[in-house]
Amino acid sequence: MADLAGRSRAPLEDDFERDLHTEHQLLNMGPSHPATHGTVKFLIELDGESIVDLDIQVGYLHRGFEKECEAGTWYQAIPYTDRLNYNSAALANLGFCLAVEKLIGLETPERCHWLRVLAGELARIADHLTRCGAGCLELQAMTPFLYGIEARELTWDLLEILCGARVTSHYIRIGGVKHEMPASFPAICGTNIAKIRALLRDFDEVVTSNRIFVDRLKGTGVISQQECLRYAVTGPMLRSTGVALDVRKDEPYLVYDQLDFDVPVGEVGDNYDRYLVCVEEMQQSLRLVEQCVEKLAKLGPGPVNSFDPRVRWPAKGRVFNQMEELIQHFKSVTEGPRVPAGEVYQAIESANGELGFYLVSDGSAVPVKVRCRPPSLINLAPMPAMLRGAFLADLIPTFDFINMVGGECDR
Amino acid sequence: MQDHGSRALRRLLDRLPEAVRGTHAERGDATALVDPERVHDVLRLLRDDPDLAFEMLTDVTCVDYLGEEPRFEMVYHLYSVAKNHRVRIKARVAESAPELPSAVALYPSANWMEREVWDLYGIRFRGHPDLRRLLLYDGFEGHPLRKDYPKEKRQPLVGPRN
Repeated sequence: MADLAGRSRAPLEDDFERDLHTEHQLLNMGPSHPATHGTVKFLIELDGESIVDLDIQVGYLHRGFEKECEAGTWYQAIPYTDRLNYNSAALANLGFCLAVEKLIGLETPERCHWLRVLAGELARIADHLTRCGAGCLELQAMTPFLYGIEARELTWDLLEILCGARVTSHYIRIGGVKHEMPASFPAICGTNIAKIRALLRDFDEVVTSNRIFVDRLKGTGVISQQECLRYAVTGPMLRSTGVALDVRKDEPYLVYDQLDFDVPVGEVGDNYDRYLVCVEEMQQSLRLVEQCVEKLAKLGPGPVNSFDPRVRWPAKGRVFNQMEELIQHFKSVTEGPRVPAGEVYQAIESANGELGFYLVSDGSAVPVKVRCRPPSLINLAPMPAMLRGAFLADLIPTFDFINMVGGECDR
Repeated sequence: MQDHGSRALRRLLDRLPEAVRGTHAERGDATALVDPERVHDVLRLLRDDPDLAFEMLTDVTCVDYLGEEPRFEMVYHLYSVAKNHRVRIKARVAESAPELPSAVALYPSANWMEREVWDLYGIRFRGHPDLRRLLLYDGFEGHPLRKDYPKEKRQPLVGPRN
């Protein structure tokens, strides 16, 4: 055989295979696959090891979130939001409660803002740790997963002290938070944050420049800035392409405009950049947690719930002794706030991107519509386009670092 | 009709006044109610106008106002990264012909979200490349987020088909 310049060369494998009869193979992966942390089915058309086409079938965890919310009171929707993104429940609580408060036009005390940011940032760290830890596990690396999970346990310990529950915290309520931060929290927070930082350092040493890890992640699952915007992709996935879009900076809610933090961005938008963005975001969130604890100490004791009679729950002592308070308590429990008629959209920056709630009320105690804009679902949509032509093995890290969370994706 | 200080609404009223049926900016959210057949034109204007630059179709959903006519209301949320502003576009769709043009050609993000709306509300999108159910399975009867679909209703789960 001769090349274009006329020199002879050894026949390549391709030359032999060209006339070989081959056909594409259809592969079902999931819904419960050991290499994915999420219940989702991939229907993959394969040419050898290359992905020709990919169909993603979601919905295995569909519980009818919106239908359930439309059947209960506004308060009764909050526990359902816990179960949207179960890695960072406090952020979903926050999104929903901010939306309801915007609809009512409710002012909340300053101290409650700081507590909300504190809970939210702890939840964000837990979410990113799950993404990075489980991502390593699915690339056959057990050690960093254990580092990540240990750090997540420490984060959940903090959430437990703050909220009373580890995973589905149900801490942020309409008009405030469940209760004041316990007095023991700042000290334990200091020790745990130091431990988390040490674990993140260990994690970084094992993973970030690990040859196998870098080879699996660099240059795989690439998405361009333009494509991200066209697919409305947000969060670390968009930031990995170099767009510094963060709802906390662009449309600051709560007290994010008073906090000092950076928005890390990547360059090429591959899995490795997504990993680096998440790792840096955890460091930023730790900084935010420290700032919140410091500020809460400086603020001193104060109310953490709104005094607005529409959402206020009277103190227990008064409920048992005063008729009006008893009636108020009964009304609060049985039907909750009556939200003025109207519609509202409130976006917050969740761990996966823009988590939005679109609420419609007709003035009664039951919502007409509770729409959750799920970043997990919307970030998953461009995955077939990202993987066409890639190797089957690239699907695993790409899916991991998109971080689809079934509860939020399928609702 | 007023623009309520929103650049997007002002431009919309300038360029496509006949398509806009109403505007409001309650609680700071600029909103326009438009003719369902003109949704495509409205979204194209919002995307392509350099002063508006709505690169992102953030959210597509639907609301069922049972008992009102037209019954359904499609809701589109757009966001501009370059200009950092938002707008909400709504269009009423009748129950007798629950159909309107798809936005997929303009915004690929509409693909899955319109599939979800078809799945849960039964609104059809003309020109959608792949209008299958998204969250529920083939063989599911009805559209569960419609207000007349009983919450307690159970359906047998059929096995997967490839």
